[in-house]
Amino acid sequence: MKTIKIGTGAGYADDRIQHGVDLVNYGQINYIIFECLAERTIAIAQQAKLKDPKLGYNNWLDIRLEPILKKAKAKGIKIISNMGAANPQAAAEKIASIAREQRVEGLKIAAVTGDDVFEQIKQLDSVMIEDGKKVSELGIDNLIAANAYLGAEPIVEALSAGADIVITGRVADPSLFVAPIAFENNLRLDGDWTMLGKATCAGHLMECGTYVSGGFYGDPGIKDIQGFDDLGQPICEFQSDGCFVITKRPQTGGEVSIGTCSEQLLYEIHDPARYITPDVVADFSAVTMEQVGPDRVSISNATGHPRTSTLKVNVAYHDSYAVIGEFSYGGVGCVDRAKLACDAAIKRFKRLNLPITECRTDIIGYNSLFSENTYGNGALPNEVRVRVAVRTSSKDYRQRGIIANEIRSLSFNGPYGYGGPSVVAKDVIAINSVLIPRELVHTTVTMTEV
Amino acid sequence: MATVKMLRDYAHCRAGDKGDISNICVIAYTKEDFEVIRMFLTPEIIKRQFMVIAKGPVERYELPQLNALNFVLHDSLNGGVTKSLALDIHGKTYSSALLMLPVTAKDRGQGA
Repeated sequence: MKTIKIGTGAGYADDRIQHGVDLVNYGQINYIIFECLAERTIAIAQQAKLKDPKLGYNNWLDIRLEPILKKAKAKGIKIISNMGAANPQAAAEKIASIAREQRVEGLKIAAVTGDDVFEQIKQLDSVMIEDGKKVSELGIDNLIAANAYLGAEPIVEALSAGADIVITGRVADPSLFVAPIAFENNLRLDGDWTMLGKATCAGHLMECGTYVSGGFYGDPGIKDIQGFDDLGQPICEFQSDGCFVITKRPQTGGEVSIGTCSEQLLYEIHDPARYITPDVVADFSAVTMEQVGPDRVSISNATGHPRTSTLKVNVAYHDSYAVIGEFSYGGVGCVDRAKLACDAAIKRFKRLNLPITECRTDIIGYNSLFSENTYGNGALPNEVRVRVAVRTSSKDYRQRGIIANEIRSLSFNGPYGYGGPSVVAKDVIAINSVLIPRELVHTTVTMTEV
Repeated sequence: MATVKMLRDYAHCRAGDKGDISNICVIAYTKEDFEVIRMFLTPEIIKRQFMVIAKGPVERYELPQLNALNFVLHDSLNGGVTKSLALDIHGKTYSSALLMLPVTAKDRGQGA
C-alpha cells in the first residue's frame, strides 16, 4: 500500500518560519504545504500589485523558501503554497531568482492563476450571500478585488506536469492538501467523491498547522501541553485506501491526540455532514478516531458527496475607516473610572456631531471579550484598559484625525490616573461573498524552469 | 443530590469563525460526560448564555461517536473579522465563555 507524507510548513500567514525549515530538514515528508492567505490578505496584495506589477505576493515568500529550496529539491519534497496571493506568476519568478542565486538546478515552478474573477463579478453583479444585496451596491469605486476559491484541480495539473513547487493565489485551504493526495492516487476529481471527502478531511485537519498538534489547545490543569517553544509540525500519512494518520515531527513539543484532532475537525465547520469545498461536499458526520500510538491518531469514515456547481468568491471592498484608541487605569476604582471615560467618549462624539457610523467602547480586563452580562465571577480587576473603537465613512482624513485626537485627549480630559495612551487608524477592507458558476472560472498553469 | 459544576469540568471547546457566524464545538471528556452535556446543552441554553453576542439563531449538530456537539451561532461576530470593531474579531475567546457555563446535572453519580 502506498503512503504519502504531507507536512504543514505554515498554518497561517504569520506562522513560525522554523516550521518549514524543521520539516524539510527532519520531517521525512513528500510534500510540504504553506497556507498563508487570510481572507482579506489578497485584497491588500492586489493594492500592492497595482502600484508595482512585480509585487502582490506574500511578503515572506523569500524568508520562508530561501532556507529550504535547495534541500527540498535534493530530497524530492514538493512545495505547495498559496503565497502567490494576488500575483502567483511574480511569486514564481521570485522563487526562480532565489533558485538561480542558490544554484538549484532543474527546478520546475508552477504558477496557478485564474482565481482573479474581478471582471466577471463586476459584469455579473451577483447577489451577496451576507445581505442579499448586489455587488454594485457596495459602490463600484469601493471594489478592490474578487477571487474565487479554486479547488485541487489546477494544482494536480501542475504536479502532473512535473512541478517541484506550485504557487497559487486563492485556493480553498484543504484543497492545497487534497491536490497531492489526488495526484499521487490518481483520484478522479469529477467522481471519486468518497476519497475526495477523506482527502478533504485530512486537509482540513492539517490546514491550520499546529492547531492539530497542541497549539491553541493547552490549558494548564485540564489539557496539559508541554513545549510551546518547539511545537511539532503536523504530518499526515495518507494511505492509498483512504485511511490516514495525523502525527507530528518526533521529539518536539505539543501532542496529537483524539482531543486535538476532534477540536480541529470541527474548527470553522457548520454542518459536519456538508462541508462544502470546491472539490467535494465533504461529510465528517461519522468520522471516528483512534489513538494508535503516541502522537498518532488514525482517522476513519470521512466521506463525500458530489461537488456543487458553483465556487465561492470573496469580494473585497473598501468599507470604512476605523480609529481605535486605548489607555489604562489602575488600582481601586479603576473599573468605575474606565466606565466614566467610556461614557465621556460617547457623549463627546455626540456633542461634536462627528461623522461616526459606529462606536464601541470596551474595558479590557473587564468586559472586552464577552459582555459582562455573559459571565463574570464578580471579582474586580486590579487594572483595566479602556478601548474606544470608532467607525467612520468620512473620506476626509482631517475628520479622522479629529476623531483620533478626541480619543487621545480623553486621557487628558477624563477621569483620574490614565496611563499608556495609544491610537491607531486604519482602512477597513471588508469581504463579502458571492457564488459564481464553476464554468466561468478558467485556471491556467504556467511553468517556470530553472 | 444535584451538583453544580462548570462545563469546563465535562468538556473542552474550540471556537471558529466564518463571516459573521461563530461555531463552537464542545467535546466531552468521557461518554458519561457526553450524555450529560447532550441533555443539558440545548441551543436555547447557548442562545441565553450568548444573549448579547449571538444576535441570530443557534443550531446544534451531534457527533456522538466523538462525544462532540457543534454549535453554530449566527450573527455573532459584529459583522465578521473583516468589519468588526471588537477586540477579539474572530470570537476565539467565545469558547472560554462557554466553558464557564454552570452545568446542573443530577445523574453524574460522583456527588458534590
